Amino acid sequence: MINLKVNGIDVSVPEGSTVLEAARQANIEIPTLCYMKEINAIGACRICMVEISEGGRPFRMATACVYPVSEGMEVKTNTIKVINSRKNTLKMILSTHNRSCLSCVRSGNCELQTLCQEYGVEDAAEFDGAMPEALFDTSAAHMVRDNSKCILCRRCVAACKQQQVGVIGANDRGFDTHIGSAFDNDLAKVDCISCGQCIVNCPTGALHEKDNTAEVYEALADESKYVVVQTAPAVRAGLGEEFGLPIGTDVEGKMVAALRRLGFDKVFDTDTAADITIMEESNELIERVTNGGVLPLITSCSPGWIKYCEYHYPELLPNVSSCKSPQQMFGATIKTWFAEKNNIDPKDIVVVSVMPCTAKKFEIGRDDESAAGVADVDISITTRELARMIKRMHMNFNALPDEQFDSPLGEATGAAVIFGATGGVMEAALRTAVEKITGEELKDVDFPVVRGTDPVKVTEMKVGDINVKVGVASGITGAKELLERVKAGEEFTFIEIMGCPGGCVNGGGQPIQPTSVRQTVDIKAKRASVLYNNDAAKAIRKSHENPFVKAVYAEYFEKPGSHKAHEVLHTTYVDRSNEVIM
Amino acid sequence: MKKRKSNLPFKGTPEQEKQLLAVIEAHKGEKGALMPVMQEAQEIYGYLPIEVQQIIAKGLSVPVEEVYGVSTFYSQFALTPKGEYKISVCLGTACYVKGAQEVFDRIVEILGIEADECTEDGKFSLEACRCIGACGLAPVMTINEEVYGRLVADDVDDILKKYM
Repeated sequence: MINLKVNGIDVSVPEGSTVLEAARQANIEIPTLCYMKEINAIGACRICMVEISEGGRPFRMATACVYPVSEGMEVKTNTIKVINSRKNTLKMILSTHNRSCLSCVRSGNCELQTLCQEYGVEDAAEFDGAMPEALFDTSAAHMVRDNSKCILCRRCVAACKQQQVGVIGANDRGFDTHIGSAFDNDLAKVDCISCGQCIVNCPTGALHEKDNTAEVYEALADESKYVVVQTAPAVRAGLGEEFGLPIGTDVEGKMVAALRRLGFDKVFDTDTAADITIMEESNELIERVTNGGVLPLITSCSPGWIKYCEYHYPELLPNVSSCKSPQQMFGATIKTWFAEKNNIDPKDIVVVSVMPCTAKKFEIGRDDESAAGVADVDISITTRELARMIKRMHMNFNALPDEQFDSPLGEATGAAVIFGATGGVMEAALRTAVEKITGEELKDVDFPVVRGTDPVKVTEMKVGDINVKVGVASGITGAKELLERVKAGEEFTFIEIMGCPGGCVNGGGQPIQPTSVRQTVDIKAKRASVLYNNDAAKAIRKSHENPFVKAVYAEYFEKPGSHKAHEVLHTTYVDRSNEVIM
Repeated sequence: MKKRKSNLPFKGTPEQEKQLLAVIEAHKGEKGALMPVMQEAQEIYGYLPIEVQQIIAKGLSVPVEEVYGVSTFYSQFALTPKGEYKISVCLGTACYVKGAQEVFDRIVEILGIEADECTEDGKFSLEACRCIGACGLAPVMTINEEVYGRLVADDVDDILKKYM
């Protein structure tokens, strides 16, 4: 252990710790902008400057985020020199920053704005002058890049690289430096998987989801439209953060109440469609296992992962389940079965989805996602956009009563709600597949071995006479590791892959927490706990026992894997490897 | 200044690609292999168009954006091809005050290319350089190894005609 003093407070930290980490031990938070533990420790933004003295030598300035501690070191984090240095750094950042903060998507949740407020930095008059070229990329379906608000911290670059995607980086040099793609192609032209991890890691308003709320308001105002909303499991586990509630607060009831007050004709749950997904996917698994089909079967719920597979592992597309994602199964069921039953023309139905995901905005426009001849889902908004709508309507969210989803696509099992956490789809599928294969009731429905936020989880089990080896990966780093093992010949039966680290709870459409929180709180686990608690509290925890699911199969889909089910609930994929610039 | 990208179609040969793949093979697995491979690639092709950057990215398993980022950061890397005749006009202080910009502008006018571009026939490329140590001859330009000094814009026509 290394002993040092931070602002006069004695601290002991392991060798190799940084000054930033040592200060945290003393409950002193040193501001950072560019720093991300392990993946972006570059000391570039200079906001974390502190004064240090080593070996009794005079104090000098150093970057706390990367400077290693030494025995007897003294650190001062709040001297006038430090404060002036931070003020100057902020002014220089502001001098090339588009300061139209009033209606900026990140106003109130901008790390740069927060620091300017804290240090009383109003403008950058003394540094004002030339501005770099403003680059605005709206080419992608899911997001907007506004480089006029970029501070070149490179956190998005690190997040993208961490996701094994690496389609953005710093181009050119000096004053012309800007974040962009190879040969300055638009984002829509490169192999971006739309995961949105760059957005949740951006400190400012330079990166944000494409806002589709205007289309939702328009649909709601159109009396000729029947507007149905669905919410993914992870939304209820994150939305509360937008209203000041602690990370890991379940706001399902208030979310339903808010959606009803926004004026949707039906407030339904994507979870119900997730139960249908399990019916189809477990059937596909059993069929492949018993009929010698292509194994391992790989899940298809995460559109970011699907896009990655289409770009980089097209040879594994036959392994990917043909099941549409729950979002799409929901839309398809509404526009076929629900429309027929209620005698509504599918053209007059608008399906809005609220998702923790930005890639869902891309998914709704994919080919072969229109069971009734019109798009299964019309508009997909993120958790953040829903929060924006609720705020715009001036609802006192925290005071709303807890309400229930509408029937019948509001009835869901515990198996469905855990879809939002890594390992959840696997666990839900096992609950159904194990019972179907063994023909015996599964008493203990919990599969703790596939839970937790590790990027790769592998386990073997015996189901009846069959040896089953399952793998779970979240984040593309984990996915790549697992897929390379598959390609090297390791035999798996079933693999779940989610594009974002930790699964949907940590999706690119979820509320944005500042870097200081992201580094000190396990957001993924806290949000996931909402889903596992919700599951544990449910009376029905197996998808095939969902009474609505039973009814809709009896009435419409006949049985999992039927011709009808294939028409409505399954899709196809495309080899995009020739679109990869690399 | 932002780096100019090639306006001309890629004319790489299979032999060049074979050479480049051998270079990549030799450096593969080395730490910091990217820059030396890019330098050697530039020696093979004369510049680093997207086609070449893609081969490097694939060969070294790095994102092509990373290759592009490096190629636009260092001035030694060119994204435009060099012509058969490489024209370099000194815009250093001494040449500049003696009217080098007018000389430069006249070349732009005659050849129809900007700085760091190459004519479509591949004959001429143009670049602005900083002091070449011949201030006594200011303003000065070089065409390949040939040095032309004490220029005025009107000299340009006759000089270029010699190469056309």
